[in-house]
Amino acid sequence: MALLRSSLLIARKDITQRIRDRSVFIWGLIAPFGLALIFSFVFNPVSDSEFHAEYVVVNEDGGPVADGFEAALANVEAGGIATIRSVESAEEARRQVEVGSDAFADEQLARADAAFLIPPGFSEGVLAGRGGELTVVGARGSELGAYVARAVAEGFVAELHAVDVAVKTVFPPGVEPTAEQVGALIPAAMAVASPIAVEDISAGTKQLDGTTQMTAGMGVFFVFFTVAFGVSGLLEERQYGTMTRLLAAPIRRESIILGKAITSFVLGVGSLAVLVVASTILLGAEWGDPLGVAVLVVAVVVSAMGVLAIVASVARTQEQAGMFASIVSLVFGLLGGTFFPVDQVGGVLSKVSLIAPHAWFLRGLGDLAGGEVAAIWPSVGALLTFGVVTSAGAWVFLKKAVTP
Amino acid sequence: MGEGSPEAVLRCEGLRKSYGGLVAVDGVGFHIAPGETYGLLGPNGAGKTTSISMIAGLLERDAGEVMVAGKPLTTRSTDAKRVVGLVPQDIAIYPDLTARENLSFFGRLYGMPKVELKQRVAEVLEIVGLADRAGDRAEEYSGGMKRRLNIGIGLLHRPRLLILDEPTVGVDPQSRNAILESVERLSVEGMAVLYTTHYMEEAERLCDRVAIIDSGKIVAEGTRRELVELVGQHDRVRLTATGDLKAAVDAACAIDGVKGADVIDGGIDFLADRAGDRLIEILTKVGASGVIVSSVRVEEPNLEAVFLHLTGKALRD
Repeated sequence: MALLRSSLLIARKDITQRIRDRSVFIWGLIAPFGLALIFSFVFNPVSDSEFHAEYVVVNEDGGPVADGFEAALANVEAGGIATIRSVESAEEARRQVEVGSDAFADEQLARADAAFLIPPGFSEGVLAGRGGELTVVGARGSELGAYVARAVAEGFVAELHAVDVAVKTVFPPGVEPTAEQVGALIPAAMAVASPIAVEDISAGTKQLDGTTQMTAGMGVFFVFFTVAFGVSGLLEERQYGTMTRLLAAPIRRESIILGKAITSFVLGVGSLAVLVVASTILLGAEWGDPLGVAVLVVAVVVSAMGVLAIVASVARTQEQAGMFASIVSLVFGLLGGTFFPVDQVGGVLSKVSLIAPHAWFLRGLGDLAGGEVAAIWPSVGALLTFGVVTSAGAWVFLKKAVTP
Repeated sequence: MGEGSPEAVLRCEGLRKSYGGLVAVDGVGFHIAPGETYGLLGPNGAGKTTSISMIAGLLERDAGEVMVAGKPLTTRSTDAKRVVGLVPQDIAIYPDLTARENLSFFGRLYGMPKVELKQRVAEVLEIVGLADRAGDRAEEYSGGMKRRLNIGIGLLHRPRLLILDEPTVGVDPQSRNAILESVERLSVEGMAVLYTTHYMEEAERLCDRVAIIDSGKIVAEGTRRELVELVGQHDRVRLTATGDLKAAVDAACAIDGVKGADVIDGGIDFLADRAGDRLIEILTKVGASGVIVSSVRVEEPNLEAVFLHLTGKALRD
């Protein structure tokens, strides 16, 4: 009881100091939140905002194949990812794409992210087996819209190939089908549902959205710096000469170390908790089940305390500890995927990334995004094991470090 | 009072500490009674700080024993440490806390009840002259103010034994005098004080007894007078006089306790034991010799001279 009492006194004093010198606000809140905000703005147009494109189509053919393509475009529009408009000429279509390329163009002008140009004789050529040319014109600065347009066109071409195969299968060898027969087969072939359905679970539900990924990455990156304030407080006591007073006081030496550990824990959990709440409210981040998030936050802070306690036990001065902590935090942060998803690179690097608590924290949050709180236990287990093993090692060294 | 006296607030014996092959403290032992100020006088590196680090329970000792208020004190003691106040040589305060917060934090560590602590903090702020700056952060204080706060923290919990490790190093004369006055007052109030210094004047002014420490060992201990007598040093009486100085020297040398005399330029120089007790007799004999004395100066041998005699080197070496 006396041990805990004196530890809490020391922790309270340390937290007062950290709040007073504002370091905890800078490293624990402003830096991660600010960087998450910046990265969100940079990456969100791709990763997070709802995609919607404006397409124009020029059907100068009017044949059955061209009609089939327009039907395919209607399906795309029905899916909500694009608006399809028909225009009279290829020139008008190109003009609208040019407007779409100009970021400073008059907002009132009709604009398009891409145009589909179906030339005259397209259907006839396809049906005659000579082939046809379907042109996709994409707007500069709207690469994603152009990419999707091209994918839609290629998809249609693939469907046509399927029809060709179907024709060759339906009609016996030596029998040449008429253009009407082939034309009638196209809508029928396109109406047939694919025998294989792919349900996307991993990408859609077991991955954090861009904003949350960025905020979580920055949060776990900077929590290592925040936690370092508490652990390296032992060295600060020596620098101030106050370690002498603490050792002369009627308290157990363990309470000095425990006090610093409590400080680290409170600062780490506090800064991450505020970051979670603030990013949810201000950035619309979706962290997942609060209980699961809380468990992961506690686990990653425990692991950070262990790692940084080792650092503090090795360092001789506070400046040295700060330098070591920065190196360790940066290396673990990079390996752990706080700046880019190392685990998706594959190979050795994705395996090596698992030595970083950051990787387990982000993995746990990803698993939590899948909806199952129980899915985080492997990550929590890894983080706690990391924390306990490193803390145990550090305890031995830090007890020796508690000297005048 | 003997070394084993139960009244001693501090009793230590046989303290020994070595670092590798270097023996920093070798068999140091002494005792301090309530209200007594005990000085550890020695040059830098003599073993003063190592000795008090062991006495205050900061440092594990290789051998020896420390008893404070009848209780053994080790690095893991809590009861014995409760009655010891320490003022480290280097300023040991939190710069980003105010004086009041510094005092309150350490008061709580010593288990002082909340109401008593608040009252005592106010008292100590008055004692160290920081009451009007109590709410300012310590980093804004001058060096002297920081030193005073450093001492205030040591006094806060009303220790029975106050250990001051060279508390006036780097302090301006005004703050230094204030510190010395504080120590004198604490001694009068009954606190036992262990005072380490390499300033001979401070030891002479404050300390009831002094131990001279050199190379980790106490080479002599006692009151200033005892130390002076121990090394055979004599008081010096210097007369400015005119007349038959040779005759006056011959007459005065016959006085018991006068160890020698010389005619110097414009006067006479006498060496004597307890010169103050013999001064009237000396002046009478000199006057009877027809010599006219215009001034008298008595110089007692100081600890500097004792230290030099005992160790062969000066205190500030």
